[in-house]
Order: sequence, then C-alpha cells, then structure tokens
Amino acid sequence: MYVAVKGGEKAIDAAHELVAKDRRGDAAVPVLAVDQIENQLGLAVDRVMAEGALYDRRLAALAIKQAAGDLIEAIFLLRAYRTTLPRFGSSEPVDTAAMAIARRISAIFKDIPGGQFLGPTFDYSHRLLDFALEDEAAQNTAIDDTAGEDHATEAGPSALKPVTAILERDGLIEGEAADAGQPVGDITRVPPTYPAARDVRLQALARGDEGFLLSLAYSTQRGYGRNHPFAGEIRSGHVAVEIVPPELGFAITIGEVELTECQMVNQFKGSADKPPQFSRGYGLAFGRSERKAMAMALVDRALRAAEFAEEITAPAQDEEFVLSHADNVEASGFVQHLKLPHYVDFQAELDVLRRLRDEPSLQEAAE
Amino acid sequence: MNAPTTKTAASAASGTNGYNFAYLDEQSKRMIRRAILKAVAIPGYQVPFAGREMPLPYGWGTGGIQVTASIIGRDDVLKVIDQGADDTTNAVSIRKFFARTAGVRTTTRTAEASLIQTRHRIPETPLQAGQVIVFQVPIPEPLRWLEPRETATRRMHALGDYGPMYLKLYEDIARFGRVTTAYDFPTMVNGRYLMSPSPIPRLDNPKLDRSPALQLFGAGREKRIYAIPPHTTVKSLDFEDHPFTTERWSHICARCGAGDSYLDELVIDDRGTRSYVCSDTDYCDSRLSAGGRR
Repeated sequence: MYVAVKGGEKAIDAAHELVAKDRRGDAAVPVLAVDQIENQLGLAVDRVMAEGALYDRRLAALAIKQAAGDLIEAIFLLRAYRTTLPRFGSSEPVDTAAMAIARRISAIFKDIPGGQFLGPTFDYSHRLLDFALEDEAAQNTAIDDTAGEDHATEAGPSALKPVTAILERDGLIEGEAADAGQPVGDITRVPPTYPAARDVRLQALARGDEGFLLSLAYSTQRGYGRNHPFAGEIRSGHVAVEIVPPELGFAITIGEVELTECQMVNQFKGSADKPPQFSRGYGLAFGRSERKAMAMALVDRALRAAEFAEEITAPAQDEEFVLSHADNVEASGFVQHLKLPHYVDFQAELDVLRRLRDEPSLQEAAE
Repeated sequence: MNAPTTKTAASAASGTNGYNFAYLDEQSKRMIRRAILKAVAIPGYQVPFAGREMPLPYGWGTGGIQVTASIIGRDDVLKVIDQGADDTTNAVSIRKFFARTAGVRTTTRTAEASLIQTRHRIPETPLQAGQVIVFQVPIPEPLRWLEPRETATRRMHALGDYGPMYLKLYEDIARFGRVTTAYDFPTMVNGRYLMSPSPIPRLDNPKLDRSPALQLFGAGREKRIYAIPPHTTVKSLDFEDHPFTTERWSHICARCGAGDSYLDELVIDDRGTRSYVCSDTDYCDSRLSAGGRR
C-alpha cells in the first residue's frame, strides 16, 4: 500500500510511452511532417517563436509536433533549448522602416505616403467553415503564385517611413527616445528588478503570454487604465538582421526575420514640463503575430503611466503585477505544480486544524 | 524525454550528446556559483540570479536543479527526495535527470550522499559536515503574504523591518491561541535576515539551526538563491510566552515503529481508517533493516 501511494519510476516511463502513442494517434492516418507544420500552421509557428523568444521556424515546428499541438508546451520546449545556446553578441537594432512590407495599415490617416497594404489577413473574412478544405486532394495543386498580387507587388514596397514620422515632424507626438549607444537589457541574463527600464519591459512583454496581454490590453479599453489608443500603424514583413563583428568594424547582414510591429498613438494631456502631444505604445513580435503586437502596444503604453504622471489605478498599469505574471512558462509551471505531492504540508495543516478544533475556548466561542 | 529509457547512469549519459555536463553551460554555472558565494557570505539574504529555463517545468524544482547542476561534480553522490521520499515521481524524475546529464552516482541513503536535493523535507538522519543540502523553493519571500510587492519587501529586509511578521504571529495567538502557520514557518537567520525555510514542516525547522552541512536554497521562477552556511544560528520566530512548537502525533510509524519522525497519514479503507508511516523512506527502511520494528 505504501508504494502504491508514492508511485514511481515505472509509472513515469509508462506515461511517456502513452504520450508518444497519443501523439501518433491512429496509425492509419499518415504521420504529420514537421515540414507540414512549418508551412501550413505558420501562425502557430509564429506564436511559438515569439513567446519561445527564438527565431527558428524549423525548431518551433518540431516543438509543436512534440507537444502534440499544445502551444504553451511547445513554447516551453523551445525556451529550454534556447537557454542552453551561447550568446555571440547583439545585433544592430533592426530597421523596421526598411521592412519588405507584406502588410501595412494605418487607422489614423485615410491616405498615407507609400499606401496601405492589406496583405494576408483574417480581418475581413466571414467566419464560415470552409468545408472545401476537407478535400485534401484538391489542394495538392499549388495555389497560383500570383494570387493577390494585382494589388501588391511581389516583393512589396520597402523603405516606407513609419506613419508616426508624419506626426513627429509636426511635433504632435513624442520623439523616439532610443539612444543607439545604450546597452540593451536582457532579462534572460540579468534578473528583472523593479522599476524596470523600458527596454527590459518591452522584452518581458514580447516574451509574454498572448492571452494574458490580450486581456490586460482589453481591460485598458474598458476603463481600467484607459489611454485613448489609435492604431497609428501596423506592419508585417521581413527585415534584415545585421551584426558588427569586432574584427570587421562594419555591419554585415546575417539573415532576415519576419516581424510584426504596432505603433499605438495615445492621448497625453500634457504636464507642467511637457506640452500636450500624442504619446506612443509599442509592440513587436516575431512572425505575423498581430494580435500579440497590438496587445503589447496597449500594455506598454499603460505601463508608462508613471512617466506621464498619470494616476496608477488599474492592473495593466502596475508594472510589477504585469511583468511578474506575463510569462506563460513560469505561470504554467507554477499553477500545475499543485499536481505534485504535498502530503507533508497537508499533514502540517491537518495538525494545526485539529489542534484548533481541540481548543476548548474556541469551541465555546463557536457555541 | 522520448528517448528509450535507459537503466544505467553511464549509458543514459551518452544519450544527451550536445549538452554540457549536468545540462547547464559553464558560463551559466559560473553565474549561479557567484550567486551562491554571495548567498553564503550573507546568510539568509535572497540573492537575485538570472535563472535559466530548465527542461523541467517551473514549480517542479528548477531553482534546486540549477543550484545542484552548478555545484555537482563527477565524484558527487546524489540523493533526491520529495516529501521525504526517494520514490515519489518528481524525485525519481530529477534523480534520473542528473544520472542522465551528469552520469553521477545516486543513492537513497542520506548518510552516503554528498549532495541532497529536497522538496519539502529535511532528512531525519542528521546531516554531517561536508554534506550539501539543496532545497527547492516555490516562494522565497517570507513576507510575501503580508506584502505582495518585491519593491516593498526588499526595503523591509534592508531595514530589518520585520514588525509586520511578528504582528501577524501575535494576531494568530490573539485569535486562535496559537500560531496557525503550519509549514514554511518563518525563521531568523544569523540574527539578521528573515528567511523562508521553504515549505518544510515545523518539525524540520530545528534541523536548520547550526547544522554542520551547507544548506542552499534555489527558487527558479522567482530567480533567487539564498543559503545557510554550516553552524549558522537559525531561529524560528516565536514569543517568550508562546514558544515555537512542532507537529506531534499520538501514533508511531506502522512500519518501523519510529516515534520521532514526521509521519504521513494514510487512509487505508473506505471507513476512513488511518495508518501512519514515516515520510522519510530512507529513515524508515534503515530502521527496518537494522533490526525490524522496534
């Protein structure tokens, strides 16, 4: 009876075998290839890369397969791999103004220099199940490569200035404060402390759980830390990644990554030392993670409350609350650790509870 | 994880090609060792460290695993317990992890281990000089339930402002006639820092005091390491007229007959009949093999 309570080694091995069996499913169904996930479940791959904080489509697809489609588990797998990788150095800041645009929209001006590009989006689709997708044979023929390109050139435009630059030129929005010479923080190498600098905060948000940030962003729209946002610009596409090797002394391109960037334009009424002008919230995520980038931008702006001397009243404005709970690998682990045995602590609680119940004075008080 | 399960440490270790000895890369280990050194130098003080993601989930002992991974050597003999037992699933899993990634010898015998990683217990067999015990810590901050903010609690530690904790204990006594904290009972280390002993039962608190072993605490998710160097005084908080007390049973262990160990309460039938056995499996087994039930 004793061993039965404690469980053991054999049970763990059996559990792993069952996971492998469940993952494979019905042997009559062809096995899912990592290539298929990488190519046909691209948005899942994007999310796993974004929150796994590692740009590698192939590994993200492998993680999704290994996790049987549980994306948070896949993110965890990717993180646990990432953490063992050596750091060679930092890239130059990526220039999103030079992005090869796949999608670019602005909600604040009808017409913007360079134009708006809807790109691949669910935004205007009718959410009706498309039963034609069940017919795999019909889809094995490639979709015409030129589809959708009547309106957008194949490469898409590049070198489009951000829409916020228009406002910036007139002094209507705060300037970008980034100092290129300043080292960038890294919460995976230096433990976070509070108050956090904005670079560290943005890193934590970029790695943060999409669902958590989405709900917090939503709460700001419903009055819990309202900041009057407009989607100044959302853009997706590929940008070049450059590094400056010390032995060369100039930047070389080592590859490109797909990013989605969101610049929110928010109200600011002005303070004693600042004129009224628009302020910014910023979101950036790997891949086409648009929902994530927008939510991140709203939460980033909410977390800047102290900077604008705004009253901090809502959860989304509370830096320590938001940053210490945004990581889904941490949250998932700690919530689920309740499954682990707690016999010893529970026994201690029982001891206290029984003693309290035996206390005559308390029983009298209860009567 | 899905590799075929191997039974011996040596062959298993060969299945982790591409990973460093004991999983962590040497730079990460050095960073963690620095944090440990600082923690030893300031007993009871929580040292922030850049905790790594581990291949086990947060809450499963990632802090303890990182500390163990950073200090373990090829000659170490490792014991891993959870709830006092060597055979609980999580203890089995962590022991296997190190057998696989470090190829070290493992044991269930407290006396034979040079390094013991534990969750929620301290072995009943007294620890010896030269042994290291590594605690897995979920919430390292003893003041957390009084003040949720790290910014505030760090200031309280800096100022030694522990009045709110004494007030909490006093309020318990005023309302219930006793302190109602059952486990993770707050301790004062070296007369300076208030420290969470991790969720060990109160019975284990006195074992922390002036232990000849080095006691290290790792909190992975919260990214904190702290330590009690050998022979350091560790006092459980109490009042002169309400001294600290530990759990007591009106039973002895049903297997080995021990009357001094922490007991697990087992419900053995549908009528709610209880049986009590040692939570420390090694202690229980050693007593049995040393002459059966006494």
